Amino acid sequence: MAARGPNISNVPLTSARRVVLRGPGATELALTVNGQAVTVQVPPRRTLLDTLREALALTGTKKVCDEGTCGACTVLVDGRAIYSCMTLAVTCEGKRVETIEGLAKDGELHPVQRAFIDADAFQCGFCTPGQIMSIVALLRETPAPTEDDVRRAVAGNLCRCGAYPNIVSAGVNAGKRKR
Amino acid sequence: MPRVVKSREEFEGEVYESLVLVEGKDLPVPRAGTEFVEIAHSRRRIDGPQRVTGRARYTQDIYLPGMLHVRVLRSPYPRARVRRIDTKKAEALPGVRGVLHRFNAPKASFRGEETIFREEVRFVGDEVAAIAADDEQTAVDALRLIEVDYELLPHVVDLEEAIGDMAPRLETDGNVAEAATHKRGDAKRGLREADFVVDATYRTSTQLHNSLETHGAVATWDGEQLTVYESTQHVFGVRQGLRTALKLPFSKIRVLCDYMGGGFGSKGGVGKYSIIASLFTMQLGRPARCVLTRDEENLAAGNRSATLQQLRVGGKGGRITALEHTSWANVGQGKWVANPTGPTNTLYDIANLSSKSYKVVTNAGSLSAFRAPGYVEGTFALESAIDELADKMGVDPLVLRRKHAASPKDPMVGKRYSDKHLIECYRIGAAEIGWQRRRRSGGIRGSAPHRRRGIGMATQIWGGGGGPPAYATVHVNSDGTVVLTTGTQDIGTGTRTVLAQICADELGVELDDVQVRLGDTDNPYGPISAGSLTVASVGPAVRIAARDAREQLLGAAAGVLETPMAELRLEGGVVVTKGARTPLSEILTKVDNNTVIGKGARHPNDPDLSLRTFGAHFAEVEVDVRTGEITVEHVVAVHDIGRIVNPTTARSQVEGGVLQALGFALSEERFVDRATGRVMNGNLENYKVPTVKDVPAKITVKFVDRPDRRANNLGIKGLGEPPIIPTAAAIANAVANATGARVRHAPLTRARVLEALAIAGAKS
Repeated sequence: MAARGPNISNVPLTSARRVVLRGPGATELALTVNGQAVTVQVPPRRTLLDTLREALALTGTKKVCDEGTCGACTVLVDGRAIYSCMTLAVTCEGKRVETIEGLAKDGELHPVQRAFIDADAFQCGFCTPGQIMSIVALLRETPAPTEDDVRRAVAGNLCRCGAYPNIVSAGVNAGKRKR
Repeated sequence: MPRVVKSREEFEGEVYESLVLVEGKDLPVPRAGTEFVEIAHSRRRIDGPQRVTGRARYTQDIYLPGMLHVRVLRSPYPRARVRRIDTKKAEALPGVRGVLHRFNAPKASFRGEETIFREEVRFVGDEVAAIAADDEQTAVDALRLIEVDYELLPHVVDLEEAIGDMAPRLETDGNVAEAATHKRGDAKRGLREADFVVDATYRTSTQLHNSLETHGAVATWDGEQLTVYESTQHVFGVRQGLRTALKLPFSKIRVLCDYMGGGFGSKGGVGKYSIIASLFTMQLGRPARCVLTRDEENLAAGNRSATLQQLRVGGKGGRITALEHTSWANVGQGKWVANPTGPTNTLYDIANLSSKSYKVVTNAGSLSAFRAPGYVEGTFALESAIDELADKMGVDPLVLRRKHAASPKDPMVGKRYSDKHLIECYRIGAAEIGWQRRRRSGGIRGSAPHRRRGIGMATQIWGGGGGPPAYATVHVNSDGTVVLTTGTQDIGTGTRTVLAQICADELGVELDDVQVRLGDTDNPYGPISAGSLTVASVGPAVRIAARDAREQLLGAAAGVLETPMAELRLEGGVVVTKGARTPLSEILTKVDNNTVIGKGARHPNDPDLSLRTFGAHFAEVEVDVRTGEITVEHVVAVHDIGRIVNPTTARSQVEGGVLQALGFALSEERFVDRATGRVMNGNLENYKVPTVKDVPAKITVKFVDRPDRRANNLGIKGLGEPPIIPTAAAIANAVANATGARVRHAPLTRARVLEALAIAGAKS
């Protein structure tokens, strides 16, 4: 990864590894969000979650605990479901981030989104973006998941309204649908 | 002409008489056998697409240009006097724009106090100061630079310690205050004459709401008008609170809550965070956002009181002869108390009864309503005790309950119930769970020799009749589309969808053509989304508004089509005459630009009736007698809540209530360190809310589904709270049935189950 901007320097750590140092102030970060290349200024201590919500106005990803215990902030980074509140934005240089806002294409809902509506898999809806992203990640690896697969995928996503039974149904049903 | 009428409404177990403003006449209840187009049919939530795409904007998602971020410094001590606050260093931090604390904040009334920053802070988490800064991290950094001198004062946080003589007195009258009593017959005599008496003490722990969206507000002042976006169950309540705090007229305050991420009772009125955000925006001229962190949420945003409850129940000749119930509830710094003796007073027809409820203040965060406040705690104790008595008497606990559950009269107030099908709930539930398989004691072998299996049940009574005031308008545009407007909120229960169904049905248009606008004090008044009253309050008003609009539309159609109005019908957005079908839009575009506005008000409840909801939950559990682990295999939930408007959302509501109850029953418990007064598990890591893996293998949801024809013009009642009420007792009773061990403290943690098993073992 090349050094860019005055606040970033390539410091040789060992002969084998190099690490990018940033800061102390805000530095430029380039990444792909929902298929679009974006560049944002981020302080080193800002999380990916806050960057998405505040710098990129992608407020679909929710902040519930901000400490990696609820799953509401789940997004995909290079295809993997991660907690964006536990991820510093600066670690996402050059990575591919997918959020709830990127799922629907040309006005058509993603099969998981449709399955959530059909199965009534949410009440207040605050955990829903995180639940959906966890299941989207699951379906890419396991296109026809069992109930247990879905349970494992959303085991780290809390729902206080208790929509779990319908979330599990939605996950299984989404696997049966074709896009 | 509007006129004033008397009404009688129940809210969270209390009955209120009021004068309400209504207009016109109420509509008759649709006849039995009426075929609805929308009502009584499962419909997808109309706001589903918004919620699954992340487009739904919650309070947390409101970012306004130039917005300041507010963070609050909270007391680290359970009781202390704030002597001095030095904010010089904090104010010097670049990006800090304002500081508020007790020495500089303007007067602002909040729950009977004249300030929001107290001289004497009374719990860990009490507001000491607030910082407004350009970004959140700067505000957080600045908080650390505030220096405060505290003079520590003696404190008490534990309920039983606070009742005792050694505790510091927090109020001049002491820590314990009588809150409610009820007496009928002679309970002492009834107990004396009983052949069997259960005398037991039950406890419930403090439960934290943990709504996923924390409490918070974004306020903006334009020099004339204060606009507050707040995550609330009652926009009009917040407006009232802001008016009191800020001395602004209603016309200058607008409160909005479009989407909200759960409240469960805790978001009933204005919070200090919204007053603080308002003070900052009015001082600094920039929008201000104050959203609590998870940690703050669990310190200062309410909880379900821990309780200590004593019950004495007497039985003779297969019947309950007397019941005595005394309850103490830890309200923290709360000003009110929920009533755990509510179900005791009303559920069963028992001749000799005496109950007392006390509130106990401590140096902990205030209680706030939590989904069926008091009734969840009280039902756990009451229904456990009834089972214990049945066991002692050697009778089937369901048979014993049936003898006292059939009365058509409210035993507390002596009025007739508008409707009641509790016995039917018992019948359905017993059949679904397979009650006949239940052994009287000792349960049956489970899936392994060390696993015992048992069945238990418990009953619920709750209000949910709703009532006035509630208003709605229905605007029909000239293209035939409809906007339904009311001030109430959708807190995730499906209010938007259900009201749209009622509107589309009565008006005769397609559901897709109805937009619902709510959560706004610029709308007609709508009630708090609490007490299971939203739909039963607003639904009948929506129906009247839709009928009013329909009549106007048919009037217009009669003119355009030159056909008598009596020969016209409106169905699915089409005006139907004998020979022709004309779309509404076609008719409305034949006249010049227009808006048809229908108005509706909720009419009063019959003051001679008692409006209640009833239900019963049955649970089948397996208990690992080596570890004390309880596995809930099957929960059957049966409810009598009048006509069901949307079977899908109703079922979801019940499943959700059962799961939240499962937390109360098995895992949720706030821990406060007695020495320091600190909440030790104010986060989602150590405070255990149920996860997807805790869901019982099977949840069966059933409704009696008969319209309550005396309740309101739709025969509907509420469902928000009933499904959380009886689950914990049903599980405790199933555990006792499985193992012979009676756990009298919710949650039934493994430690408590093992302790009860040891006691049961020692006895046998």
